[in-house]
Amino acid sequence: MKFFIELWEGFKIAMAALWANKLRAGLTLLGIIVGVTTVIGIVSLTQGLNKAFSEQISSLGSDILYIQKFSWFDREGWEKYRNRKDLTMKEVNALKKCATLLKAVSPSVGTRKTVKYRNNSIEGVTITGTDEAKTSGAYPEFGRDLSALDVENRRDVCVIGWEVANKLFNNRNPLGERIKIAGRSFKVIGVLEKQGEIFGHSLDQEVKIPIGVFFKLFGRHRWITITAKVKNPKMMEEAKDEIRGILRRVRNVAPGKEDDFSINQMDVVVDMYKKLTSALYAAAIGVGAISLLVGGIGIMNIMLVSVTERTREIGIRKAIGAKKADILWQFLIESVAISGVGGIIGIVLGFGVGKIIASISPLPASISLWSIFLGIGFSSAVGIFFGIYPASKAARLNPIEALRYE
Amino acid sequence: MLIDLKHIVKDYQLGLGVVHALRGVDLKVDKGEYVAIMGPSGSGKSTLMNILGCLDTPTSGVYKLNNANVSTMDDNELAGIRNREIGFVFQTFNLLPRATALHNVELPLIYNGTPASKRREMAERALEKVGLKERMHHRPNELSGGQRQRVAIARALVNNPSIILADEPTGNLDTRTGDEIMEIFEAIHDEGNTIIMVTHEEYIAEHSDRIVRLRDGVIERDESV
Repeated sequence: MKFFIELWEGFKIAMAALWANKLRAGLTLLGIIVGVTTVIGIVSLTQGLNKAFSEQISSLGSDILYIQKFSWFDREGWEKYRNRKDLTMKEVNALKKCATLLKAVSPSVGTRKTVKYRNNSIEGVTITGTDEAKTSGAYPEFGRDLSALDVENRRDVCVIGWEVANKLFNNRNPLGERIKIAGRSFKVIGVLEKQGEIFGHSLDQEVKIPIGVFFKLFGRHRWITITAKVKNPKMMEEAKDEIRGILRRVRNVAPGKEDDFSINQMDVVVDMYKKLTSALYAAAIGVGAISLLVGGIGIMNIMLVSVTERTREIGIRKAIGAKKADILWQFLIESVAISGVGGIIGIVLGFGVGKIIASISPLPASISLWSIFLGIGFSSAVGIFFGIYPASKAARLNPIEALRYE
Repeated sequence: MLIDLKHIVKDYQLGLGVVHALRGVDLKVDKGEYVAIMGPSGSGKSTLMNILGCLDTPTSGVYKLNNANVSTMDDNELAGIRNREIGFVFQTFNLLPRATALHNVELPLIYNGTPASKRREMAERALEKVGLKERMHHRPNELSGGQRQRVAIARALVNNPSIILADEPTGNLDTRTGDEIMEIFEAIHDEGNTIIMVTHEEYIAEHSDRIVRLRDGVIERDESV
């Protein structure tokens, strides 16, 4: 009880002292505000970016393996990858037949073409040749997906993306209509649900056709991506081993030789991205730390002035019965109040800056609780660290000399 | 026995030499006494005052206040003693300039954790005693010298201390105002408070019951008035 009374009194005294020197306190505040604003602003932007990225990645599925000729990240050995044998339907069929840890396997091969319906046309639509197996991507909103019979009989049918449907057909029902791709006519059997964008690339501007038709139309010499959905996401590594075994056998890879294919995974992209942004984080925190340091020195400076100015006051308080701890608290509360208020203003401004940048640029901003705590914690720590020396100097003053001070 | 000083010695290290401010002072003060301490400058009266007020500790000797040995206490214990047992009145008033009269009087109560409502009540009563209740919301710079000193006296009284220590309380005041202040001290004394006052004015000292004269760090004379 007594402690709280004293703490509350200390708080009031500190506030009164700051109020009495508004300009001085305000300028000191500014130093802290700049530091915290920087940190919070950059952290909120980086976090927003990370969150958006993770959401997009996870929308693609983290339990999916992409088997390709090329590795996504190893760029140095381009030659090595180029000379590898293409993946073909033989591998797809082997995986479908032999793999036990995979839920579904589907091939996909893509190109970009113009799609036409009557007088409307869209350029650069992703044409994907695939089969009926469902490994990833959207489900049909209307109509149906490709069936096994469509694929087997190489029917001229297609499932179109949301955007394609909208742009080509406006408000008409596309089901049963015929669209033209590379001069060949396809019957629309389904429209996919809306998927949105990833990295600025629309996933809805897509047309799916049976893979056999794709090969007939565009030729066989294209890179196939085999997409495999794992049954149990916890058994990713086991599934990879199984795939490796099956493919090595099918492709006659001699024992002791390395794989002539790559198994890629979205996690790698996420990891890579996280590494990139953690560097950004570190830089932001570095900049913020330096400006907080400068702000902290400002606090220490102003507190030392304040202690000197109020030497006599300290003497009076001590004569009347203030203990060392009372004086220490009084000045410490004062410096923490400066830095804490600076921290809070900085947090608000930081998020404001984040929001403004987010609204005028495509970068998203995200506010998280821990960055608020980070801001308040950091700035209070600065207040304590740089306030402790002036405060203990005040607490140690000899009351007799302090009372004599003019 | 309220105050019992036994052979109090206080030395100061000053540059290369040692200053012997007090060279062995023996003094006993009973409860309810009104004592004036006199002496020329350099006689050690300020040092004695600081020791009596527990702002300083003696180099050697024993100081017992209410039978507690104060001379061996540490800083924090001394702060507690100052808070409970001693009320200071200074020549230069020593009020907090930014605080109102009321807040200045409340100050000692803050440091012993008295709750706010009780604090205010006690401070108002103390201000009433010195006749300043109607000016309690004024700051020191809005008060005259005599009024300021009365606030300081109220502050010294508020905690019901064992001793009121006054250091030249009229030194910064004109004669008439000084007389008013001395009347207040007399009234306080009549209520049973113990007052020890340092002064170098003979006519001020004559208000007391007993005059202790210091010279060169020892008591030269100790006489009743």
